[in-house]
Amino acid sequence: MSHVKYIYKTREYYLGQGYEKPYEWAHFDEVPFAKLDKPLSEARISLVSTSDVTVRGTGDGDNHAEQLFVGNVYSIAADTPLDQLYSRQEHYDKYATNLDDVDSYFPITRLHEAAAMGRIGGVAARLHGVFTAYSHRRTLTVDGPEVLRRCCEDGVDAVVLTPV
Amino acid sequence: MSLVARYLEENGIPTVLIANARDIVEYCGVARLVFVDYPLGNPCGRPFEVKEQRQIFDLALDQLENATAPRSTVQAPLHWPGGEDWKRLIFSDEQPFLEGDAYDDWIEAKKRYKDLKKDGKV
Repeated sequence: MSHVKYIYKTREYYLGQGYEKPYEWAHFDEVPFAKLDKPLSEARISLVSTSDVTVRGTGDGDNHAEQLFVGNVYSIAADTPLDQLYSRQEHYDKYATNLDDVDSYFPITRLHEAAAMGRIGGVAARLHGVFTAYSHRRTLTVDGPEVLRRCCEDGVDAVVLTPV
Repeated sequence: MSLVARYLEENGIPTVLIANARDIVEYCGVARLVFVDYPLGNPCGRPFEVKEQRQIFDLALDQLENATAPRSTVQAPLHWPGGEDWKRLIFSDEQPFLEGDAYDDWIEAKKRYKDLKKDGKV
């Protein structure tokens, strides 16, 4: 079976639930491309994810419900122990799988392994979470620039992104 | 997530997405994608399956090293064990995407967003 056509499926699903206006997924004809300008073994890498990964004990009182639609950027220290992380994400296929292993959606251990093996030059000091904004404009004018700013501050050469 | 990747690329930082929803990412258009044909939630491999997680992460690093043009998609050579019923059932009446607390949270988040928008705060 070929891959799931989520754009079609979600449109039909929400129309069936009484929503009249389908969500407009972002679409562009042109795609920007930056080349890695150094060997990967010298490159500092960061992670960015919409998996709602959170450090235990820090999630209370952060306007979680608001950020889910409005959008926001937050950072997690790259040396945070794995057992201090979990996800509050509810938008995944809960019938087929689970989010019990952070590395299955926020590959922090795999990133550190790659650095330890010398496959990459190093791990950035901070990894980042982004709340998916309903507004594309918000992502392109607020959250995208904020992720860029933090990556530049940390001397990041390339980024691995994991949408959930 | 694709929009953030595009923004970073426009500003000179190479990116690679590891994703389950191939059509959404490709419809937007990104520089590099590792497509993992697994249910939503596990783009980087099945929970606690370290070997395949390494395989997938390595494909992402390969993409950073080797891709020469945008819209470079590589599919991980992996199949979800136990068949492909999940592909038929996702977003179906049999298996509603959000139920119970998850649905309530979504409605609450939507309401807050609409209120903020009405007040010109977003």
